[in-house]
Amino acid sequence: MSALEVVVRALVTLVGFLVLPLIVGQTEHKVMAHMQGRLGPMYAGGFHGWAQLVADGVKFVQKEDVTPAAADRWVFRLAPAVALIPYLVAICVIPLGPHVVGAQVDAGALFVVAVAGVGILGTLMAGWASANKYSLLGAMRSAAQLLSYELPIVLSVASVALAAGTLSLGGIVGQWSPWWLLWQLPGAVCFLTAALAELQRPPFDMPVADSEIVFGAYTEYTGLRFAFFLLAEYAGIVVMSLFFTVLFLGGWRGPFADQLGVVWTLLKGLLVAVVIIWFRVAWPRMREDQLQRLAWVWLVPIALFQVALTGVGVVVRR
Amino acid sequence: MTTRDVVFLLIGLITAASAILSVTTRQVVHAALWLVVCLGTLAGCYVVLGAELVALVQVLIYVGAVVVLVLFALMLTRAPIGRQPDLATPLVQRIAAAVLGVATTGLFLAMLVPLVGQDSVTPVSGDTHTVATATFGTWVWPFELLSLLLLAALIGAFAVARVAGAISPRPAPADRGAST
Repeated sequence: MSALEVVVRALVTLVGFLVLPLIVGQTEHKVMAHMQGRLGPMYAGGFHGWAQLVADGVKFVQKEDVTPAAADRWVFRLAPAVALIPYLVAICVIPLGPHVVGAQVDAGALFVVAVAGVGILGTLMAGWASANKYSLLGAMRSAAQLLSYELPIVLSVASVALAAGTLSLGGIVGQWSPWWLLWQLPGAVCFLTAALAELQRPPFDMPVADSEIVFGAYTEYTGLRFAFFLLAEYAGIVVMSLFFTVLFLGGWRGPFADQLGVVWTLLKGLLVAVVIIWFRVAWPRMREDQLQRLAWVWLVPIALFQVALTGVGVVVRR
Repeated sequence: MTTRDVVFLLIGLITAASAILSVTTRQVVHAALWLVVCLGTLAGCYVVLGAELVALVQVLIYVGAVVVLVLFALMLTRAPIGRQPDLATPLVQRIAAAVLGVATTGLFLAMLVPLVGQDSVTPVSGDTHTVATATFGTWVWPFELLSLLLLAALIGAFAVARVAGAISPRPAPADRGAST
């Protein structure tokens, strides 16, 4: 791989990382609005308010960047970057087509799980360094939630890797067959639920519950740093949707896959993202004890069952 | 020196520096965060040495889970912002710790340096397939023994938690308010 190719790949990945979350954000505005019988943003940019998020970004840039006097300055300032960058690293290795990928990694599935789990440190740092009790409560809720839901994610990814016989994301798509939709269904449900919890999206948004703890760990943030946390949430949706697509929905497989492979991946990913948005509109927020109960009483046993099922399937097929 | 050597040296220096910072800092949360840097760069060392899978597992388990657990536990305590003078340990303890650290390092060096000597060693491939074949082939019995040990520890932890909960009742809300 030449130096030029490396630069081009890095740039394209960066542009994708910056544009895809905006598309998901705009989709959320519109999908939520229509589900709730309203219009959503309509003026910015002319056509159905397409430039709303760009305008929001400009607004965030103009705002004053406030660091609370009692805060731990360095940790407080670093936290948004720690929350955002892991998703950028994760998106580098998720393939959109057989050869359309930022970087080929041998153990891609493990890579994405490992790196995406680092983002939580940003929330913890933000919550502790803000010197605000609401922030601290929010960060503690995030940590408790993340510790519980990391396990179902790892187990369901392990199940898919077991079924495909490889940890490489390209290899998993290569081995995928439509039967997996049924065979891996429990794992897929577990993964999607746990991914929602990991992203702290409703109904798992206890850590940022606005009616109880203002905005959780992000309470003290303003301007661009606050925008980075929001961007991290949407980038997280993009990463998890594409990861789900590649693991469970066969990535670029579909009619005319040779020509339209990338389009298929993006379409399926967008569909998953819409489902994630749909959850936000459809379900009320879960209480902390319900949340822990769901993880340990339902998701972990189901994921373990899925691993066993996959093991049996792999041995029988051989 | 090859590029690999230079990168390894740089990452190793960061690892060592952050490790020292994490035990010398007087701010308990900073210590945990320096530990993140230390464990993360250690994963970087593994990558440079060609052990890709071990590096990823290191990030997943240590950075993603263990340190998050440490930070969570710290947040349950007071863990105030700023320096904590009461964290200081007696001089004797510090000297003992330093001596122990130097002695362990010396022991490792005395053992490893004659083993490698002046030969340059090319890193063997540490990809998933190699590691899996070794773990579930040659080392399968130690692996199973370890899993048994972990299972026993897990059950033990459950038992301890249950018994402790049964004997001492939860403190009343008023008590907790007074202690903070």
